[in-house]
Amino acid sequence: MVSNSSTNVLLSADGTPLKKSLNRSLRQQKLRALLLIAPLLIFILVAFIMPIVSMLSRSVENELVGKTLPLTVQSIQSWDALSGELPDESVYKAFAQDIQNAAKAKVHTKVALRLNYEKSGIASLFKKTARKAKKWDIETDGPFKEKLIKVHKGWGEVEVWQTIKTHSPAYTSGYFLNAVDMRKTAQGADWQPEDKTILIKLFQRTLIMSLIITFSCIILGYPVAWLLANLPMRQANLLMILVLLPFWTSLLVRTSAWKVMLQQQGVINDVLVQLSLISDEGRLIMINNEIGTIVAMTHILLPFMILPMYSVMQTIPPSYLRAAKSLGATNWTAFWRVYFPQSVPGIGAGSILVFILAIGYYITPEIVGGTKGVFISNRIAYHILKSLNWGLAAALGTILLVAVLILYWTYDKIVGIDNVKLGG
Amino acid sequence: MARKNSKSAFVKFERVQKSYDGETLVVKDLNLEIPKGEFLTMLGPSGSGKTTCLMMLAGFETATHGEIMLNGISINNIPPHKRGIGMVFQNYALFPHMSVAENLSFPLEVRKLDKTTREEKVNRALDMVEMGDFKGRRPAQLSGGQQQRIALARALVFEPELVLMDEPLGALDKQLREKMQFEITALAHRLGITVVYVTHDQTEALTMSDRVAVFNDGRIQQLATPDQLYEEPENSFVAQFIGENNTLNGTVAKLKNETATVKLDSGEVIDCKPVNVSTVGERTQVSIRPERVELNKKRLPPGSHTLTAEVLEFIYMGDVFRTRLRVAGSDDFIVKTRNSSDQVRLNPGEKIEIGWSPSCCRALDA
Repeated sequence: MVSNSSTNVLLSADGTPLKKSLNRSLRQQKLRALLLIAPLLIFILVAFIMPIVSMLSRSVENELVGKTLPLTVQSIQSWDALSGELPDESVYKAFAQDIQNAAKAKVHTKVALRLNYEKSGIASLFKKTARKAKKWDIETDGPFKEKLIKVHKGWGEVEVWQTIKTHSPAYTSGYFLNAVDMRKTAQGADWQPEDKTILIKLFQRTLIMSLIITFSCIILGYPVAWLLANLPMRQANLLMILVLLPFWTSLLVRTSAWKVMLQQQGVINDVLVQLSLISDEGRLIMINNEIGTIVAMTHILLPFMILPMYSVMQTIPPSYLRAAKSLGATNWTAFWRVYFPQSVPGIGAGSILVFILAIGYYITPEIVGGTKGVFISNRIAYHILKSLNWGLAAALGTILLVAVLILYWTYDKIVGIDNVKLGG
Repeated sequence: MARKNSKSAFVKFERVQKSYDGETLVVKDLNLEIPKGEFLTMLGPSGSGKTTCLMMLAGFETATHGEIMLNGISINNIPPHKRGIGMVFQNYALFPHMSVAENLSFPLEVRKLDKTTREEKVNRALDMVEMGDFKGRRPAQLSGGQQQRIALARALVFEPELVLMDEPLGALDKQLREKMQFEITALAHRLGITVVYVTHDQTEALTMSDRVAVFNDGRIQQLATPDQLYEEPENSFVAQFIGENNTLNGTVAKLKNETATVKLDSGEVIDCKPVNVSTVGERTQVSIRPERVELNKKRLPPGSHTLTAEVLEFIYMGDVFRTRLRVAGSDDFIVKTRNSSDQVRLNPGEKIEIGWSPSCCRALDA
């Protein structure tokens, strides 16, 4: 009897399996909880997740060429791009038909711009051809090979047709290759010519400068966090207000203030000249370069370092330091061997926060960075706002996002995300 | 034995005062001498200045005035890490990021001992507290009692001559606390170390110490052995604070030959031992321990005063009976009697005669 009942499914009082009746009783609770968070969930979905996904999908999407030049894309497939010969008349005819349709629908500039990212010069080629093509009769005006080459000698170049073929599929890795200073050619992936490599350099600069900023935040923030955690209540509160003060001032105001401070006719240079530490001709250049970005961003991100550090340090009782000293440790040994190891989770949390914020920062480098102090995010903004190469911008953004996620994952593996204390 | 020779005082507080805010004194004119090898407890309610005294001795607080001497040398200006005093903290303060062995090895490392000596000493200290098997554990993996032992071992591992303990047993449950009380005293006597122990638990103080200093309001109220403290409290604070105590208020009517006759506020007259009353007409608090009250008139010495009492409550507590009486206008007069075969049980409402030997009844300050 005893063994029998233990192997059977547990039943509730009315005979239904216990698990089933438990699920039923919990279902309503879960439903209510879901309803409560539903507005927020929907908001996040619509305003956050969906735009990000749509933006990221642009990094591989390439429907424009196929949509605008459907006949060309179809007929060019049979052409061997590596043969070194021009495609035959059927491709030229298909293209003439496509460009005429596109010109009438006024969509030829878009595809021209798209292909111009890959090979500069194509845009003018398309525009000139489109103007002429409007008047052609496709059935009778052939052959188009000679006609097109007459309109623009670019149509006699193999490379132009290679570019069209390479970028005709609906999905492309081209943007990602561009994002790391490579390009997609008929022969496969290849490095960009020397004069066009800028992005890897920018990525490197972004990483190195973010590391420098994180490190300066640790150096400057640690003593402040220590004071906050160890001062008597009243002074600590006052200090806390000073730490939080920047949060209540506009980011633009703070950054502009640094501009006033750091520029060559600015406060710091004036003071140094007045003190005769530097000559009037030897005024330091501290703005519109790396120094400006590092100084201003360290200042702006400092609270994000101090607060997590403080919340960890607050939980370290002063008796540890006392114990260490009573055991014979000097002030320094007590700090280094006993206090510091316990404050490491705070440093970790602050660093990861500051680094992630720094790596994607835009406004401050834009204002004080000049050309030498800009980050990859400024390049993304440039591609979104000026060059309108959204695909490349999306690819750059995706790389940035993945980099941050990898960083986060590594940190979790090494330190453990449980040890990150952001709010005590 | 050692304590008779006051010149060889190992620890000495000389007119020590301490103020945190410059307005009130937390410690007022403290004078205390502790001979080598003594187990001295500082006992008092919270805010009485006992922990401040300990922290001044350890070096974490500085005395506002006066001098603290260790082994005949003033240590006022010696930083804590050079004092060589072992200390056990209230919450143990074991370093959470180090293993038990690393915790113990820490004081030896900062003293730059070589590795083999360190290991040997760590092992010896762990064996001393019977925790040899726990070397590799982290403090968080130990129970409260085990952490307590490790904290003790860490305070002793560098062989200090003086060990300070700040309410080390406060976080343990009653049974474990009693066991550790015994172990700590046994260990201290075996090693011959001087211990200054701070607690607010009077039972702990009485059971563990060679001498107890009762603190209140920044002063030592009485410094005596546990039995003296209990039997012969010098003032009404000590009488109230240590053990259970019955208090009757009155005025000194007559002082003669080590006997004070006190007229209680309710009109009755009793004989007492004058402790700190000196003039006739002075207000006084008379203090009698509950177990010194005699219910059987025949056992009283001849000529003793007796008082009429009404039984209010009778509580059976196993080994003792606890009777609450109304005596001389007070509803809170407690009598404790041992549960013996000839002892009668009293019923509420009963009227009885109680008395005591005048030597057990102390006339203290009002």
